[in-house]
Amino acid sequence: MKSVEEIKAAIEAAVPGAVVKVILNPAPNAQHSLLIDAPHAVAVAEFLRDDDELALDFLSNVTGVDFLDKEIAEKVKVTRQVPKEVDGVQQMVDETVEETRKRVEPGYLEAVYHLFSVSKKHGPVIIRMRTANRTDLVELPSLTPIWRSAEFQEREVFDLFGIVFTGHPDLRRILMWDEFKDHPMRRDYVEPDDYEYEPTAHDDVLKRAQAHKAKVSAGEVSQ
Amino acid sequence: MAVDEKLKIELGKQGVMVTTIQELYNWGRRSSIWPMQFGLACCAIEMIATTMARYDLARFGSEVFRPSPRQADLMIISGTVTKKMAPQVVRLYNQMAEPRYVIAMGACAISGGPFKQGYNVLKGIDRYIPVDVHIPGCPPRPEALIQAFMTLQKKIDEQHLTGEDRPRHLDEQAPGEFNVPEFGEHDLEPPSNPGTWTVPKIIQ
Repeated sequence: MKSVEEIKAAIEAAVPGAVVKVILNPAPNAQHSLLIDAPHAVAVAEFLRDDDELALDFLSNVTGVDFLDKEIAEKVKVTRQVPKEVDGVQQMVDETVEETRKRVEPGYLEAVYHLFSVSKKHGPVIIRMRTANRTDLVELPSLTPIWRSAEFQEREVFDLFGIVFTGHPDLRRILMWDEFKDHPMRRDYVEPDDYEYEPTAHDDVLKRAQAHKAKVSAGEVSQ
Repeated sequence: MAVDEKLKIELGKQGVMVTTIQELYNWGRRSSIWPMQFGLACCAIEMIATTMARYDLARFGSEVFRPSPRQADLMIISGTVTKKMAPQVVRLYNQMAEPRYVIAMGACAISGGPFKQGYNVLKGIDRYIPVDVHIPGCPPRPEALIQAFMTLQKKIDEQHLTGEDRPRHLDEQAPGEFNVPEFGEHDLEPPSNPGTWTVPKIIQ
């Protein structure tokens, strides 16, 4: 099978305008993946399926990943003018200071697809797509029109991570009930406080149970 | 009123059978508990094994698994009760005719088990319906389920037909319907049926 770099070159040759980035996996299995851009994702997927050499006709797995917003602290050298007394006269003098600046790199939700070829007996080729952020721009194109087996798995990713797949034929919750509002596999999911009875509590559960007890004694919840 | 055991045996030798209505009534009920044909997860496999030739639940009069709640006396909660399934379980229990019993089989059914801290699993079915016998285990062996049956039979045998401690089906005031929880935005509502379940006290 082609290496990821070769697949990337093949995609860029076949789909004009497609932006493909290779994400290397340093683990011994070296399963490198391809990050594809959402606007060209359907065209790229179609190419991967229909190309004679790759012929990735089988989608085995769709999964979601949640990356939280990252706060990055950087040290920057800043030059600014400060008033200083030189030879008895007030003057503005340049001074270089080191400052720590914090910037927030927005998090994103990611959909990962594992592709195999049954006819060529090779795989997996792993492709990923990322949303712009985690809150409002959570749309990704659905690959169900290309691989039918994505249908239920994209519904599951929608249910548990909240990625909205545009072009999906029937995007509904699949595991949780329709009235449910949260996305439980997100890393900032807050589960309902039902820690009233924890007979063998330890670690996190113990903390939650104690927090619940404090709420009960404060009269916020009944039991 | 109980009959003196020695007198009973003595009369039996003479060909006279002595009993009480209560004894006869309880004997009849406990000897043919028909469970509902209803499995929730892997514990159901052990429940099926219990009914088969090797363990032979028929010895206890419980081999007739009914596919309808209307004909069943016993509900075996055999497996994980997810929050999505819980309203259906309560609804099935409501559809059963009195006298009805519940065995909560396995770690999941009694407490949520290994999934207790999950977002999708109920922390024990006794939050919504009254449970007669709890069996721990993951899953419990068929012997444990048979033990639960024997415990339930013993429990039925000891019931008084009159008085304060009479069973629920002889008490007009006792609730017949149990509140079916609604699907809420974050959890089931209510998270437990008040009156059916209160927080157990932990003694340390």
